[in-house]
Amino acid sequence: MSVPLRPSRATGFWSRALRHRSFVAGGALVLLVLGAALLSLAWTPWSAYDIDIAAKLKPPSSAHWLGTDVFGRDIVSLLLVGARATIAVGIIAVGIGLSFGVGLGLVAAAKKAWVEELIMRMSDFTFAFPAVLSAIMLAAAVGPGMVTSITAIGIFQIPTFVRVTRASANAIWSREFVLAARASGKGAFRITTEHVLPNILSVLIVQATIGFALAILAEAALSYLGLGTQPPQPSWGRMLNEAQTLLFQAPSLAVYPGVAIAIAVLGLNLLGDGLRDLLDPRLSRER
Amino acid sequence: MSGTDHKPLLEVENLGIQLSTSRGPAQAVREVSFVLKRGETLGLVGESGCGKSITALALMGLLPESAGVSGSIKLDGNELVGLPDADYCKLRGNRISMIFQEPMTALNPMHTIGRQIAEPLRRHKNFSAAQARKEAIALLDRVGLPDAAGRVDAYPHQFSGGQRQRVTIAIALACQPDLLIADEPTTALDVTIQGQILDLIADLVTERGMAMILISHDLGVIAENVRRMMVMYGGTVVESGATDGVFSRMGHPYTQGLFRARPRLGAKKGTRLKTISGTVPELADLPIGCPFADRCPLVESRCRAALPAAIDVGGGHHVRCLRTDVSMAGPAEVLGA
Repeated sequence: MSVPLRPSRATGFWSRALRHRSFVAGGALVLLVLGAALLSLAWTPWSAYDIDIAAKLKPPSSAHWLGTDVFGRDIVSLLLVGARATIAVGIIAVGIGLSFGVGLGLVAAAKKAWVEELIMRMSDFTFAFPAVLSAIMLAAAVGPGMVTSITAIGIFQIPTFVRVTRASANAIWSREFVLAARASGKGAFRITTEHVLPNILSVLIVQATIGFALAILAEAALSYLGLGTQPPQPSWGRMLNEAQTLLFQAPSLAVYPGVAIAIAVLGLNLLGDGLRDLLDPRLSRER
Repeated sequence: MSGTDHKPLLEVENLGIQLSTSRGPAQAVREVSFVLKRGETLGLVGESGCGKSITALALMGLLPESAGVSGSIKLDGNELVGLPDADYCKLRGNRISMIFQEPMTALNPMHTIGRQIAEPLRRHKNFSAAQARKEAIALLDRVGLPDAAGRVDAYPHQFSGGQRQRVTIAIALACQPDLLIADEPTTALDVTIQGQILDLIADLVTERGMAMILISHDLGVIAENVRRMMVMYGGTVVESGATDGVFSRMGHPYTQGLFRARPRLGAKKGTRLKTISGTVPELADLPIGCPFADRCPLVESRCRAALPAAIDVGGGHHVRCLRTDVSMAGPAEVLGA
């Protein structure tokens, strides 16, 4: 009997991906933010750190495309450099939440009994502390800064991921195909990696995009309290908070970082939606 | 396969299963015993909640961890009760396989069917990926899936219910198990497909010399597909024996009631189906005596005192009833009419 070759999964994925509208749109927006961060490492129109009080609060011009802020810094340069902090906070905080939270959630769902109880009570305990409070405690212990705020936000994300993972993993564990997999001799580890994880991936992707958006906003809040990114290091969250006091003199100062955050969050949401569709064989129209 | 045909493959002795429910501990199964040799077929029949599926799960070692199992289950003389899960994993899908009721949910929607069939082969038989794939196609071909080679990379949602059940049969049979447990394999399928699937299972069982336990609530399915049968009620076997013998000489009032309750073609218009009055007792508050006592037309006070012993009414036909003198007095057809 001739055995036909398995169709290559990679090419199939990309050809479908490039036809998926929200995946393409989301990907473009995310690439825009990533590109801004990368560009800022090599080039910015002005230095994001040079203060020029004489040129403060200038409207957009050919020299300063989006004008200047209250210290006379170029807005475009601030946005470009601020993208770095935003991406770092989002990726690392969500990464911490994902890796610990999903792992613990999967273990809780697979082991049940007292292991599940212990993990869930621990996550309740962590959840009971507001992110700001744990950030303050962490800052008191090791000093404020970007690393502190990223760690605090990351830790705060863990229980959310634990809960989401455990709840959806439990739902999969009670499905008949898991029973069938057990009946075919698979142990808890294989069932978790081969059956549970692929089937809850879509939920985790959506949760990760939400977590990313929350992390960006939490970083802004922590910066406002002086616990996040320290001046003069720019971040979108700090730009937003600095603009708050000048809302009536220069409302556009709040608009630019706001739009930048919106673009990043929107892009991630669209990308997450697209990934969810593309990874689910039931939703792909092709045979 | 190894071993002589006279040695029992599966010996179940005095199996008891205790489940913990929200209403306290429940004795879901009690005093179930049977022996199965290679090539033999056994039917388990009864209403929902009578302990059929729980018994099957106990044989597979797949009961929830909170469940307590007493008695003994031996496969080729080796005790399975209390076997560590890692050892049980080596048996499941390899020497004991199971087909489930609901083919629409018994397959993982995220993996191709080829991968799902190849899985047990790679794990239990150490096949290479190419070998396993080739074997998967051969198996799909054997279970009658058209264009097996072309559809091996398709996902479960691209198949109909009957086709999916063929796929789950292919998965169950991949490693040539000694024992196949089919838990209501056709209940979720169209009537026209039911016969085809049952015929396929019967052919494969004969072809490979497996033993099979077929679970069904459908007396017709049992009558046509197994040599021996056990009627379960309230967690215990109320009647057992050769299928022909049980059907011709129904000894237990419950079996008789079940038989009367089946729909028939050619019945007079307007004839109502006979039902068994009352409902199945909750597992959490099963009576100490005969579980059928509350619904039985022949009940006496001694029926409620203790679980009646199974008595041999001849030819390996056992009935767990104290009143077989009355229930089996007339020919079955008279009682069944």
